[in-house]
Amino acid sequence: MMHRRKLLAGSAATLGAPALVRRANAASSFDWQRYKGTHIEVNLTKNPRSDVLQKHQKEFEALTGISVGSEQIPEQQQRPKAAIEMASGSPSFDVIMVSLHVSKRLFGNAHWLQDVRGYIKNPEMTAPDWDFADFGAGAVKTATQADGRMDSVPLNPDLWVIFWNKALFKAKGLAFPASMDELVASAYKLTDKSKGIFGYVGRGLKNANIPCWTSWMLGQDAYTTNPEGTKLLTDTPEAIWGAEMYQKLMRDTAPPGSIGFNWYESQTSFSQGKVGMWLDGVGFSAPLIDPKSSKVVHDVGFAVVPKGPKAQHSASFVDSMAVTAASKKKGAAWYYVQWATSKKIMGEILRTGSGTPARLSVYSDPELVKTNRFGPEWLDTVKKSQAISAPGLPEIVPVTEFRDVFGVALTNTITGADPAKELRKATAAFQPILDKSNKKT
Amino acid sequence: MVVLAVIVLPWTFTLIMSLADWSPTGGTSWVGLANYRHLFTDPEFGWAVVRTFYFTAIGVIAPLALGLIAALCFHQRFPLRGAARTVFILPMMATPVAIALVWSMMFHPQLGVLNYLLTSIGLPPATWTYSETTVIPTLAMIETWQWTPLVMLILLGGLAALPGDPYEAARIDGANAWNCFRHITLPLLWPHIVVAAVLRTIDALKSFDIIYVITQGGPGTASETMNIYLYQQAFAYYHLGFASAVTLVFFVVIVAVTLVLLGLRQRSLAL
Repeated sequence: MMHRRKLLAGSAATLGAPALVRRANAASSFDWQRYKGTHIEVNLTKNPRSDVLQKHQKEFEALTGISVGSEQIPEQQQRPKAAIEMASGSPSFDVIMVSLHVSKRLFGNAHWLQDVRGYIKNPEMTAPDWDFADFGAGAVKTATQADGRMDSVPLNPDLWVIFWNKALFKAKGLAFPASMDELVASAYKLTDKSKGIFGYVGRGLKNANIPCWTSWMLGQDAYTTNPEGTKLLTDTPEAIWGAEMYQKLMRDTAPPGSIGFNWYESQTSFSQGKVGMWLDGVGFSAPLIDPKSSKVVHDVGFAVVPKGPKAQHSASFVDSMAVTAASKKKGAAWYYVQWATSKKIMGEILRTGSGTPARLSVYSDPELVKTNRFGPEWLDTVKKSQAISAPGLPEIVPVTEFRDVFGVALTNTITGADPAKELRKATAAFQPILDKSNKKT
Repeated sequence: MVVLAVIVLPWTFTLIMSLADWSPTGGTSWVGLANYRHLFTDPEFGWAVVRTFYFTAIGVIAPLALGLIAALCFHQRFPLRGAARTVFILPMMATPVAIALVWSMMFHPQLGVLNYLLTSIGLPPATWTYSETTVIPTLAMIETWQWTPLVMLILLGGLAALPGDPYEAARIDGANAWNCFRHITLPLLWPHIVVAAVLRTIDALKSFDIIYVITQGGPGTASETMNIYLYQQAFAYYHLGFASAVTLVFFVVIVAVTLVLLGLRQRSLAL
């Protein structure tokens, strides 16, 4: 039972909170209350970052006096909904979370998002402690359009890493591989189909499987298109090398049925302790350390994707926050974006294991380093992967079609098709689609 | 006015869009019948049609056969018949997306309960939706599980309405149970079977949610039916003009199949 004195103290604190906020505002020269009384709508994709934003939304409302309506929609539904609404010229939202790896060029070419460079430079619109220089260069580059516009602010680069089972490696007397070639060799050594143990698991499902190929291609310092996004580089010797590696791992060392696996099936297979390595986004770490869903809580290791013959990269997929160009409340919407990408919120995202934020300072915050729930190896892997991150998908408008066409080619390799032939066929099929798309825009 | 607003206008707009190359970013340009030409020369569309009919064939025939057997059983009197019937129709009431999520967990090759059951009785594990060869029959199996109760209800209604005289006359003439079923029940029940077949066919042809949630058309394109193909074209690739052409062709296919089945029903009533 609560004591009367405690109740009074609590009530006083609650009643006094707005006064404290006002005092904090007064101390700063920045006017957070400039758009007080405005209402904005925020469209988020369903993920743990959005959970953090919604959980702390009331703090934003108390700080700014702006009321917020927000909704989370699964990304596969959010993307077409957002595109169709923005094409109509009057979207129902002022702020949107953007999956840059899918929508960057589509949204950028259509000029659906507001260029925020003017806001960032304007001290009346951007708080002095927001510190744009704190964002990782790779993420900023990804959030910048080809013509220099910055029409969104990077929130979270999902980095691809290797989850590995230390107990299985130890049982075979193996160390974690230092190169991609060693990774394949280790996967073969770990695989013992008679005991139901497999060296590797990854995505086989078309579309979802592309990063499991481009991750290996990046080891050859090779990308799927030229920098302008006009010519496919998907049938080069480096691309074929990547597809052959994908085929070997998926065909010979992965569990049966992995041709239809997305991240979920891969994760559940790995978490049962029968799989040596799993290549996927670091954002999927949380269930692996949860005893309710994982048998590898004490054995899971986190490692940077090993170096390839020519380079070492971690494929990354960046989510960002943007103000819609059609919004009539752009100022208030920018305030929300600014708050959502602040050090405090990004620190909270890291602390709760909800993602790997685009701000660099959060990774050296001693308190966050100490309280990070995944431990030092995870944090070290994330920091190293950030430093070598590279786009895992091409920056083109028809990126979903690209993923489907090449995804099917990769799936076919799992059933025995020749990787070189499949890639050449897919390249011949997709180049006209890319040409048509580039002509339109 | 209501018909105009909810039927005529959307279809007219779809028809107009099907004659254009329309994308959210690229504006609109008229292309005449180019979308239809592309459609009929795209092998992926051809395969999507084949897969749709394969899925529909299993998704109609299996529920009809099982629904008929179930209706004949529930037409008999036995203890707790009402409770058993209620349990039997439960799958029909469940939300398709929820069903799909539960089944997809059960299909997991390593962790799914189905393979656990198979291996525990000495059978080899199956790949279910994780193989190009078994994915369509597996998806049709879910369709069958969910919609057999509907067929059962329709046929049970038909059985309840059958006259008793023909059976009495047949028994006097010494007909056994099979002869009664073959020569009395089946012909008299035929109009009800056709109604169930029409409903099931339309429903199976339109099936989207379960397939999309479980496989998204995969592995590869092995379960990419016309609906999934249409969804991809419209909402993943934003080929809205082309997708409109697919919609119209799909509509014509459904109407044609329905007319054939209704024709069958008319013939059965005339006999």
